[in-house]
Amino acid sequence: MRGTGTIEVTVNGVVREIEGGRSVRQLLESLDLHPGLVVVERNREILDREQYDRIEVEAGDVLELVHFVGGG
Amino acid sequence: MTDTAVTETGVKDGPLVIAGREFRSRLIVGTGKYRTNRLMVDAIEASGAEMVTVAVRRIDLDRTREEGILYHLDPDRIFLLPNTAGCYTAEDAIRYARLARKAGMSDFVKLEVIGDEHTLLPDVQATLQAAKALVDEGFKVLAYTNEDVVAALRLEDAGCAAVMPLASPIGSGLGLVNPYYVREIKRRLEVPVIVDAGVGTASDACETMEQGMDGILMNTALAEAGDPVAMARAMRLGVEAGRLAYLAGRMPKREWAVPSSPTAGLLA
Repeated sequence: MRGTGTIEVTVNGVVREIEGGRSVRQLLESLDLHPGLVVVERNREILDREQYDRIEVEAGDVLELVHFVGGG
Repeated sequence: MTDTAVTETGVKDGPLVIAGREFRSRLIVGTGKYRTNRLMVDAIEASGAEMVTVAVRRIDLDRTREEGILYHLDPDRIFLLPNTAGCYTAEDAIRYARLARKAGMSDFVKLEVIGDEHTLLPDVQATLQAAKALVDEGFKVLAYTNEDVVAALRLEDAGCAAVMPLASPIGSGLGLVNPYYVREIKRRLEVPVIVDAGVGTASDACETMEQGMDGILMNTALAEAGDPVAMARAMRLGVEAGRLAYLAGRMPKREWAVPSSPTAGLLA
């Protein structure tokens, strides 16, 4: 049921409880992340930015949120 | 940019061209390990580099304000070359490359598959495997590799946009340990050959460019210098000096002396 209860998801290797029924964009915003600067991999599948609004985070999802950092 | 010293002399030298993209600077720098982001930005500026490498990593969600590289570098001004650093398998490298491309900068990727934790030397077989897959997916692959002529030839055959033999191990600062092999790689390949890793100071950069290399990629030599901004400037001059010396054509080496002053007209 959308918007009710909490679900468990794994974000960057850590299990978190989040509100159910959230889109990927809402999850990013709740983590204070700029959607334009983050790449999201959900269950090993890389998402397009246009999908952030459409895709709902589901219980058991494994999410990787990555960005560019300094490197050689 | 880097061509200043070259153009002043009237010697003709074109830009560095990788997969159709032109760079006036032959120096590419990394963005890792600087003591502060300010130092990194200033060092990049002083180096004259138009292309910098970046890594793909998890966002640290425990920090209140995440300091991604894009808070400090403007991708409209400087070309970002994502790397696959830290990958030990072809599969991992492909995954990182795909994530990097999704960040939306370009199809360019610096492919790096490490085979040994102690030396950080590349796993050439896995690199080749990943290179083939990434080229098939439309990536412009700049492949980090050993100073191994055969490996370089295979990577070019696989469709890499540039081949990047090491000068010496990553972060070692040991300089160009095998000038003969990198020269031979340059002689044999048609794609640009960019020496990546191991350059420690300006004389290393100069010596490397004197071998006829198309460019150099470095990170630790700047980040760990006492004054990274001054070293960046020194590296820029070293790269320019080496390039110009290469284009000028050095005198032959002889194992005997030849006088510089006339032998005629000496007093009796």
